[in-house]
Amino acid sequence: MLVVAGVALAFFWVPTTPPPEGFRQRIFYIHVPVALTAYACFGWAAWKALRLLWTRGERYDLESYTAVHIGVIFGVLTLVTGSIWARTSWGVWWTWSERQLVLFLILFLFYSAYFMVRYSVDPGPRRANMSAVYALFGVVLIPVSVLAIRLAENLIHPVVFTRDVDENLTASQLATFVVCLLGTLALAVALYLNELTGKRLDRRLRELREAIAA
Amino acid sequence: MTTYLGDVAVLARKDLLLELRSRDTVPALLLFVVSALVVFRFALPADASDLAATGLLWIAVLFTGLLALTRAFVPEREQRTLDGLVLAPCDRSAIWLGKGVSVLVFLVLVEAIALPAFALFFAPVDGPTVAAFALADVGIATVGTLLAAMAAASRARELLLPLLFLPLAIPIVVGGVGASVADDPGRYLAFLGLYDLLFAILAWATFEYVVTE
Repeated sequence: MLVVAGVALAFFWVPTTPPPEGFRQRIFYIHVPVALTAYACFGWAAWKALRLLWTRGERYDLESYTAVHIGVIFGVLTLVTGSIWARTSWGVWWTWSERQLVLFLILFLFYSAYFMVRYSVDPGPRRANMSAVYALFGVVLIPVSVLAIRLAENLIHPVVFTRDVDENLTASQLATFVVCLLGTLALAVALYLNELTGKRLDRRLRELREAIAA
Repeated sequence: MTTYLGDVAVLARKDLLLELRSRDTVPALLLFVVSALVVFRFALPADASDLAATGLLWIAVLFTGLLALTRAFVPEREQRTLDGLVLAPCDRSAIWLGKGVSVLVFLVLVEAIALPAFALFFAPVDGPTVAAFALADVGIATVGTLLAAMAAASRARELLLPLLFLPLAIPIVVGGVGASVADDPGRYLAFLGLYDLLFAILAWATFEYVVTE
């Protein structure tokens, strides 16, 4: 949690560009790390899913589920910050030419369906398997969608917005970016562990209750 | 290898024979796709371009595919065939492949009517479009069969399948529409091929886990 405070400090420390660009610059330090963290969560979920299918270890189910849960939260944050970015850069809340945004919309829809699967199948090894397979599909869908959006963009909108922010990062900007990235990653890990403990307790409690009832 | 393909052929034949005897899916699909095209004719403004109509053709076929997939595991569920199939001494992925082949046949039959109907009502259909539909059918059948098996095991069933399928179908639509309207369809066709290959491998490898505990 301390790292998050560090992120906030870095947020105010770095600004170098004039006001109209300034805000846009700063949101870059939030938007991009959050997006990368979401990818990391989805990747982690898929890794745990693979472990589940491979080793049949029951604990991986909950871990994979939690990772998707945190990933979706960060995905929504990416959508929100990206939308603010689009507003400050192009004056609209939504633009179909911003690849990252479109990708996260697709991923958001996809992983929301993950919860639907979990809630409409009875708990058990079958549900664990199905969730795991779905999580694996997600991690394949990410690169495929990136490619698809790139192709679709040429089709709908031949003009590509150049992202000048990406290219010339000065040392202080890069340092801030790295701090922000580490900060969001640490936040994700903290949330993940917290949620995992909560879910484990929850399940233990339910098992105990059932044991008492029986 | 030959026994594996033999199993697949037997399973696909079972589905096709069932359809041939009962005739309750394909006629419904045909009627659906033609009605959808007629509805789209009235949904489009009078001066809409052929490009817009092409996009709607893809939507019509996608939803018809969805309908076919919803039906795909109904006999398995109603007559509890799936339990028998899982117990059968064959590789579980053969069940997926057999079902996928039968879905593919249904889709091809639907398009054999839908594409001429589209050419009659809207605009002529060119070679790349037909190729794109062929590739897209493979994608819909491979991904859809696995997701349909998942949805069949859930409580929400018919409701769940579109939610699972549509986000995964977005790349198919991008590739398909691109191949139909762009000047250089090659890239889009290659993309569809890549999609089919990736998801076919993944679905083939994971189907076993969806139908077993």
